[in-house]
Amino acid sequence: MSSMSNTAPAHLTSPAVPLLEVRALSVAFQTRGGTAHVLEDIHLHLRRGETLGLVGESGCGKSITALALMRLIPQPPGRITAGQVLFEGQDLLQLPEAQMRHVRGNRISMIFQEPMTSLNPAYTVGDQIMEPVRLHQGLDAHAALARAIDMLKAVGIPDAERRVHQYPHQFSGGMRQRVMIAMALACQPDVLIADEPTTALDVTVQAQIFDLISDLRERTGTAVLLITHDMGAVAEMTDRVAVMYAGRMVEEGPTDLILSRPCHPYTQGLIACAPGHDTPSHGEPLQEIPGSVPSLLERHGGCTFAERCSHVQARCHTSVPPSTWVQPGHRVMCWLYPEGAPHA
Amino acid sequence: MRESLLQVRDLCVHYPIQGKLFQPKTTLKAVDGVSFDIECGRTFGIVGESGSGKSTTALAVMRLAPVSAGEVRLGDSPISSLQGEALRTERKRFQMVFQDPFASLNPRVRAGQAIRDALDLMAVGEPGQRDALARTLFLQTGLRPEQMQLFPHQFSGGQRQRIALARALAGRPELLVCDEPVSALDVAIQAQILNLMQRLQKELRLTYLFISHDLGVIRHMCDDIAVMYLGQFVERATREDLFAQPLHPYTLALWSAAPSMASRNQQRKLRIRLQGDPPSPLQVPSGCRFAGRCPFAEDACRASPPALREVRPGHHVACHRVSDSGQALYPLPTVS
Repeated sequence: MSSMSNTAPAHLTSPAVPLLEVRALSVAFQTRGGTAHVLEDIHLHLRRGETLGLVGESGCGKSITALALMRLIPQPPGRITAGQVLFEGQDLLQLPEAQMRHVRGNRISMIFQEPMTSLNPAYTVGDQIMEPVRLHQGLDAHAALARAIDMLKAVGIPDAERRVHQYPHQFSGGMRQRVMIAMALACQPDVLIADEPTTALDVTVQAQIFDLISDLRERTGTAVLLITHDMGAVAEMTDRVAVMYAGRMVEEGPTDLILSRPCHPYTQGLIACAPGHDTPSHGEPLQEIPGSVPSLLERHGGCTFAERCSHVQARCHTSVPPSTWVQPGHRVMCWLYPEGAPHA
Repeated sequence: MRESLLQVRDLCVHYPIQGKLFQPKTTLKAVDGVSFDIECGRTFGIVGESGSGKSTTALAVMRLAPVSAGEVRLGDSPISSLQGEALRTERKRFQMVFQDPFASLNPRVRAGQAIRDALDLMAVGEPGQRDALARTLFLQTGLRPEQMQLFPHQFSGGQRQRIALARALAGRPELLVCDEPVSALDVAIQAQILNLMQRLQKELRLTYLFISHDLGVIRHMCDDIAVMYLGQFVERATREDLFAQPLHPYTLALWSAAPSMASRNQQRKLRIRLQGDPPSPLQVPSGCRFAGRCPFAEDACRASPPALREVRPGHHVACHRVSDSGQALYPLPTVS
């Protein structure tokens, strides 16, 4: 197929209009050292009931993308410089704050990485789950408490009738993350943004939380945006994945395709450099990505990965690679794929 | 079989916990009877979840946590009973790399000086040669000598871990204890540091005690591996045996809980899902410590603690439901 520009409408690749669509989103932060281009030209879409993984190293802008969707970027120093966030066709970035509040926590809600710091220690978990329900759905105290208990049961907290009146410190890390999920899902949102939801947890507890998110998604049809740095989590949880590097998207597509045949050299490196626990190791060195992530302050015209890329060409340093569809639904931003023809 | 460099016998680290008013004192058994040997030039890994005691084991070997009982020997030297100056001079032989390179370097000391200080403290070589030695260490760990003038905040996480490695290598140690050395780093940087550590191991004939919660990293780095749960080893074997035929239900559960790229295609993989969190080390169950979460536990498991025993050559497991010939007596997980 022929090359399309990165403004190709998403309905060309997906049958239904997406629930949430991010178009050409750019975010900059003003710092003492100059303007940091934290996000540049981000395109994403999320359909009902699907899980999209957003993967990349620390500082690549994946959490900022989530905060921008929720309009939670501190302004100043941050600023959304361009783009649209279309939720059911409506641009969230243009909504008055009062209306945005009806979306945030109600239609789109978020789980953060640190269940220890994102719960208020001075209120019972029941109060914290009831707050969004009463605010957004106008339930009275009695009905809200019943909903809170139901939610705690749904996320697998035993003895919910008693636990609902306890404080966060009386819960373990995994249990607190369940409370966060209960809180986020209490209003039955259309979109759940999970920002590294299991990074602070042990692997056996992580497996429980992943099972829980998958079950709830199947039952309620909530679309999930899973932000992670772990390719294993991507493989386990997602239908599609978008790879970010230094504030830009480098590749996006179905998870099966990206894991089995990654196109962008960065994605290839990211997959190859992590030692797997179920692949035998024969003492060979791991594949490295040399160097480190470039500063977001100094932007030159080219590909942000050029300095570390083993396939670098002259034009990589001078012009930003176009977004090319190598297959329907599989997009890559790299000069190795200028005309959309898949290269080996 | 080569000579073992490090011998750990029945190591215990117990912390007394002051009881509340009118409540008796209790003991937190962070490490409770751990034994292992590491042969020269090999890497011994300890894997487990937070609170399992793997870091405390590392700290006790380093004499940075109090050894309540048991013995640690480095070659002929009983390092668990050395005191004062004798311990200080012996420290040259065993050094440590910590998890967080942001916290383990003094922000006010230039990188080159941090290495130089280590050389001075351990009186390595003649004072006049030490600057040259520091440069060599910088080069060995993949740093540039001109970076010696920089402060820690001017380095990235991966570079800081290189400085930490250079500093640990200053006394030309035989044993390097690495506590989650790459957990704070991004995967791409992780690979650089792991490769560097393997290269240094060959070049300098180092022996590693390697602590990690990451099964992939453990499998890549370690020759022999122990799985730790609530202060004790539940299984210990060579890398090949442990990954090909894990026997302890907890090991199986860890393996099946870790998400991996390879298992995506096996739609529903064999899995054991554990319920709940590990119990507190303050209230250790009387029988098998894992019995409360184990899907295969029987009355016998709750009654008496299983001993760590060799069921196949080199393969040790502490489970009542594994036979003496190394057969699992519990039903293997089915496709769910």
